[in-house]
Amino acid sequence: MKVTVIDYRAGNVTSVERALRRLGTEVSAANRPEEILSATCLILPGVGHCAALMGALDAQEIRNPLLERIADGIPFLGICLGLQALYESSDEAPGFAGLGLFKGRVSKLPQTVKLPHMGWNQLRASRPSALLRNISPEAYFYFAHSYAAPDSGPENTALATHGRDFMAIAEHQNMIGVQFHPEKSGAPGAQFLENFLRRAA
Amino acid sequence: MTLAHRIIPCLDTDGSRVVKGVHFEGLRDAGDPVELAARYNVEGADELVVLDIAASRDNHPTFLETIRRVAQQLSIPLAAGGGIRSLEDARSVIRAGADKITLNTAAVERPELIRELSNEFGAQAVVLAIDARRENSCWKVRVHGGRTATGLDATEWAMRGIASGAGEILLTSIDRDGTQSGFDTALTSTISKCVGVPVIASGGAKIPRHFFEVFTEGAADAALAASIFHDEVQSIRALKSYLRENGVSVRLPC
Repeated sequence: MKVTVIDYRAGNVTSVERALRRLGTEVSAANRPEEILSATCLILPGVGHCAALMGALDAQEIRNPLLERIADGIPFLGICLGLQALYESSDEAPGFAGLGLFKGRVSKLPQTVKLPHMGWNQLRASRPSALLRNISPEAYFYFAHSYAAPDSGPENTALATHGRDFMAIAEHQNMIGVQFHPEKSGAPGAQFLENFLRRAA
Repeated sequence: MTLAHRIIPCLDTDGSRVVKGVHFEGLRDAGDPVELAARYNVEGADELVVLDIAASRDNHPTFLETIRRVAQQLSIPLAAGGGIRSLEDARSVIRAGADKITLNTAAVERPELIRELSNEFGAQAVVLAIDARRENSCWKVRVHGGRTATGLDATEWAMRGIASGAGEILLTSIDRDGTQSGFDTALTSTISKCVGVPVIASGGAKIPRHFFEVFTEGAADAALAASIFHDEVQSIRALKSYLRENGVSVRLPC
């Protein structure tokens, strides 16, 4: 299966592409509407500011092609901001609309803890999932964010905690979002990507 | 279910080779950055920092190539810095494969640079590196690899940098750097307790107890060391086992 990684030119997509190639997957980076419309599996890596991501989706006219392909049922994985983009709105970018595929608002983590939530943390599975296959419940994943999605909803597959609980793996039908960076999470991260590819195939 | 304390090996490079000095001076060759990166990636390092300590304009293409080759080895985050003076410099470093940018002298010379990078790449990608030296009862910031005094108070500068959008502080004690006499826990806790962002302690590490001290008394979120890892004086795996046995949360690779 060929994976299309959306490169909206604000973050570093190289590490995502490299992690997928290590698993023997064919990968291409794309930012044109027609490339998105012909994709059979999409990954939206998100690094940076939420407004930059939302703004880029509109400026580069990829919001509608993306929504169209997701509605067609092709496998979609959003990483970090890519997960947050699946929700209706984000307090980080009040003027921008999210993709609105999951209900709720992305909000800042409480300032009772150090922000950004930066480094390695564990997950708490809310239900069994093929995405967690061969991954130890003790495994650590790499996070780097200050805003996070809600802690409940039909998409809840795993939560993590930093100041409050938040969605670490959101999963509903063909739509998957992860708040951590599987491409920077060592062996468990690679296993997660492999599980996603297997589920997508 | 808590955030693990990070152990971060640092590769100080002259652009292409790893070098190491004492008190920022007397540099010697300490190895190939690509080989070391590959080793740390499997040994359980939580992140890697690569710095270009020569940081001259001419050196930038060489350093970018080093970042590219190092990043290829990694499935953990990479921070890179040295000689980054503009948004364009930072973008080239990110595109070469770094996840974070560290700023030091250039941020003191032009503090708006912090805001520019933070707006573009997000606070999580901007690390403010502060080299601090004790002067009487406080710590002062020095730049140009420790050679130049700035008169800035380290705590005030850290807080200003965070207000401008830095998401992390890499705090090096010039007094302890290269001495292997332990981290400056007083400096680290002073800064760590008054900022709301993670603090990486640096300078002076040798034995596991030094790391334990800086994570407990020093309130550090991460600890960085160079030569003890390069020279295989200390293995990351054994260090983490020691820390876990002593109640410090760390990530053991599984």
